[in-house]
Amino acid sequence: MDDKLVIKGIEFKSRLWVGTGKYKDFEETRKAIEASGADVVTVAVRRTNIFDSKSENLLDYIDPKKYKILPNTAGCYTLEDALRYARLARETGISDLIKIEVIGDEKTLFPDSCATLKATEILAKEGFIVLPYINDDPVMALRLVDAGAAAVMPLAAPIGSGLGIRNPFNLKIILEQAKVPIIVDAGVGTASDVALAMELGCDAVLLNTAIAGAKDPIAMSEAMKYGVMAGRLAYKAGRIQRKLYATASSPIEGML
Amino acid sequence: MRMNMKLKLNGTETEVQDSLTVAGLLETLKIDPGRVAVEVNLKIVKKCDYEKHTLNDGDAVEIVNFVGGG
Repeated sequence: MDDKLVIKGIEFKSRLWVGTGKYKDFEETRKAIEASGADVVTVAVRRTNIFDSKSENLLDYIDPKKYKILPNTAGCYTLEDALRYARLARETGISDLIKIEVIGDEKTLFPDSCATLKATEILAKEGFIVLPYINDDPVMALRLVDAGAAAVMPLAAPIGSGLGIRNPFNLKIILEQAKVPIIVDAGVGTASDVALAMELGCDAVLLNTAIAGAKDPIAMSEAMKYGVMAGRLAYKAGRIQRKLYATASSPIEGML
Repeated sequence: MRMNMKLKLNGTETEVQDSLTVAGLLETLKIDPGRVAVEVNLKIVKKCDYEKHTLNDGDAVEIVNFVGGG
């Protein structure tokens, strides 16, 4: 069954997207990402360690020929910073994708919706493939689509919180109304959270801490892979309606 | 003529050879130009300009690359 995710003509093999932060070392990063089956990895933009020429580079472990690199503007609190980081990311020549993340509050790491909208509008005009991180806000999702977002990435819960899908109903509304791929980004804690996101009809899930922070990141990575697959299959299969009362599975006919 | 100039390189005052280009700077630092982006005085320098962009004393140079993040 051909069930590929396509965003602006780019085909994505996996519906599980993963971050590259918080791992013990690059080797663990590589192994966890391999176990996840993800073909998209998100990365942050930071100063190069220029005073140690022997320092290793993430891309020595995550081959951009094998993985689609999704740079992000993590850590940015203003529109200007997000634009600066996004433009620098593209100038590496490695990717035109950008995950716009403009943080509005240090404690919750919730996005600054106004700045996110402006950044999306400006960068989409500059030819970026913009994937904004947003709150689970259906109205904002539509505004972002109008501004040129290629997909929208509503959070499940605060970044790194592991709380899971806090508002499946808002996600459902976003899914019904926004005619772009919807990728749940942030807040999931375990495989069942990921499966639920996919069962709701989300197009993909992006996560980092749930794998990197697990006791065994490589095993959790594999669990997430199956979570996404199971959830997607269940969504495509079409679940039964919820009913208040029982319906027997065995026939009455033929009973003694 | 001075033989050395000072750059603010990734936030740190650094002395480098006078009239160095961006390409020359990356070579000195043993940095693969394919992995980074360079900004001089808040303006991005395009890769095709690395050879011809000569740095000046006092320039603020930022060299960035991708690191682990979510």
